Amino acid sequence: MPILPDSRGRFGPYGGRYVPETLMPALLELEEEYAKVKKDRRFQADLAYYLKQYVGRPTSLYRADRLTKKLGGAKIYLKREDLCHTGAHKINNAIGQALLAVRMKKPRVIAETGAGQHGVATATAAAMFGLECEIYMGTEDMERQALNVFRMRLLGAKVTGVDAGSRTLKDAISEAMRDWTTNVRTTHYILGSVLGAHPYPMMIRDFQAVIGREARKQILAAEGKLPNYLVACVGGGSNSIGLFHAFLKDPKVKMVGVEAGGTGITSGKHAARFSGGKPGVLQGTMTYLLQDDNGQINLTHSVSAGLDYAAVGPEHSLYHDLGRIEYTYATDSEAMAAFDLLAQEEGIIPALESAHAIAHVVKLAPTLKKSQLIIANLSGRGDKDVQQVARMRGVTL
Amino acid sequence: MSGRLDSTFARLRQNKEKALIAYLMAGDPGLAETEQLVVALEQAGADIIELGVPFSDPIADGPVIQQAAERALKNGTSLRQILTSVTSLRQRTQIPIILMLYYNSIHAMGCEEFCKAAKAAGVDGLIVPDMPPDEAGPLKVPADAVGLSLIFLLAPTSTTDRRKLVAKESHGFVYYVSLTGITGAKLSNATDIQQNIEKLRKVSAAPVAVGFGVATPEDAARVSKMADGVIVGSAIVKQIAAHQQDPGMVGYVAEFVRSLKAAMAPA
Repeated sequence: MPILPDSRGRFGPYGGRYVPETLMPALLELEEEYAKVKKDRRFQADLAYYLKQYVGRPTSLYRADRLTKKLGGAKIYLKREDLCHTGAHKINNAIGQALLAVRMKKPRVIAETGAGQHGVATATAAAMFGLECEIYMGTEDMERQALNVFRMRLLGAKVTGVDAGSRTLKDAISEAMRDWTTNVRTTHYILGSVLGAHPYPMMIRDFQAVIGREARKQILAAEGKLPNYLVACVGGGSNSIGLFHAFLKDPKVKMVGVEAGGTGITSGKHAARFSGGKPGVLQGTMTYLLQDDNGQINLTHSVSAGLDYAAVGPEHSLYHDLGRIEYTYATDSEAMAAFDLLAQEEGIIPALESAHAIAHVVKLAPTLKKSQLIIANLSGRGDKDVQQVARMRGVTL
Repeated sequence: MSGRLDSTFARLRQNKEKALIAYLMAGDPGLAETEQLVVALEQAGADIIELGVPFSDPIADGPVIQQAAERALKNGTSLRQILTSVTSLRQRTQIPIILMLYYNSIHAMGCEEFCKAAKAAGVDGLIVPDMPPDEAGPLKVPADAVGLSLIFLLAPTSTTDRRKLVAKESHGFVYYVSLTGITGAKLSNATDIQQNIEKLRKVSAAPVAVGFGVATPEDAARVSKMADGVIVGSAIVKQIAAHQQDPGMVGYVAEFVRSLKAAMAPA
């Protein structure tokens, strides 16, 4: 397979740079700076230092014995991104991009957030590097994730609610793009997933690819062989491409991306782009989108704010078409059941996003032999979701 | 490229006038009103009409135009209906009509089918704010084939290389975005605009129109001294929004446009 993306930011027919002209010079500058730091030993050494000493990497690859026994099939490992500082994989990218902002001498960073994990990660990195920080978040998500809103404010970030459209992640991205268009000379936009215009999908994938590099070494050390399956949830697709990337050249390793099935595909209330969408252009990139016949973007639904988005990273669109990665979905109720299962069998409360990956493991593991291996990416911890789950169950805290 | 656009700029140049380009969100408050507005604004002095096609996620637009798009979409306004409106307008007016639309609206119909339908309806040019020249290939070929002018945007942040690229690819006119920001923001200072237009003139013979942030007759007067055209969008859309329920809406908006054009009269 050739090196992806190509020089125009294309993953086959997907990707590219569909942005207002005002942003083109900034994207070209970012592309150039990123190309430099990729080869810059000092930058890479700094990044490695912060990932180890601040984030707490490498995260462990944990053998989930009770879950394995319960499901009665393949041996299940969990890549514990929930153990990262701030509680999710998002910090890997936020630290990388904040370091880049410092290098580009941009004193201000902005970000969008859905579940709030990327917002918290960006606010954290901004505090640590002394950058001014503003986070855009849909007002619906602010309600669902009130705890993370408060965390961001504790970290010194300004959190701005976005009350347009579906009042979720998509609208927060549009608003962050508008801010960036206005303040591009002083501001770096720390996009949180493998979305948007080139070079973002490539750069964010590279910052997250540490997950798969570690997992590959760890599974070889533990089992002496590669896994049969990798499973991860796919919102924009950064934790999944982060885990998958180091294994793409191993044809025997099967990969499954799990989208948000919401209340079911036929209900129309979901965020399963590969089950209900078709290619189009949204927020800077050509990719699979949930849209109507006129190209208007559909409203999405998921119990998990982090998966509640109408588009998917362009690199995923290519692997979907090539058949390299299989994409499926888990519904809200399947994810909720997996949330409980992991809490009770393993003592790990997963993020609702990651619970979608576990929900697929629940279906997949029993169909495999005991000698086969699954690695599921536990992309974040569920502390942020506890209030929401209590509310859904009518429990007053 | 386009007869109506080029001849309008040629006629204005001969009369030492500047073009007033009036933006309307198609379907706000309804397509019938949009058609009435086009005719009335022409009579009030607009030289070119820019029709916005409502999109659910307009990343280049500020709140005024976003909300107009939401109203238009709520009415069920679609690109195909807008083209039907243009067809019917062509019985009544030959004013140049440009569509401003996001790329996904075109992509959903297919570039080739869209270009043919737009040309047949009587559209003269296209502004696609989320499609820089770098990504325009698939649209450029069918647009050139039918003779639709692709108008690209130039920004204060554009470098010399970008300026050359935009000048080379833009037909009809070059749209200079007066500020680093979104539609409806405050106009930036005149010296910046002047300097950027001068740089552009060195690499392009095409007319230059300035938009984003032109809100008042005073702004229009100031900008018309520097550029060949003045684009007014959010300020007009705001007038329409303010008079939504008012039977005299078209008259009020026409009056505002008349005041803009009057302010642009050569000294």
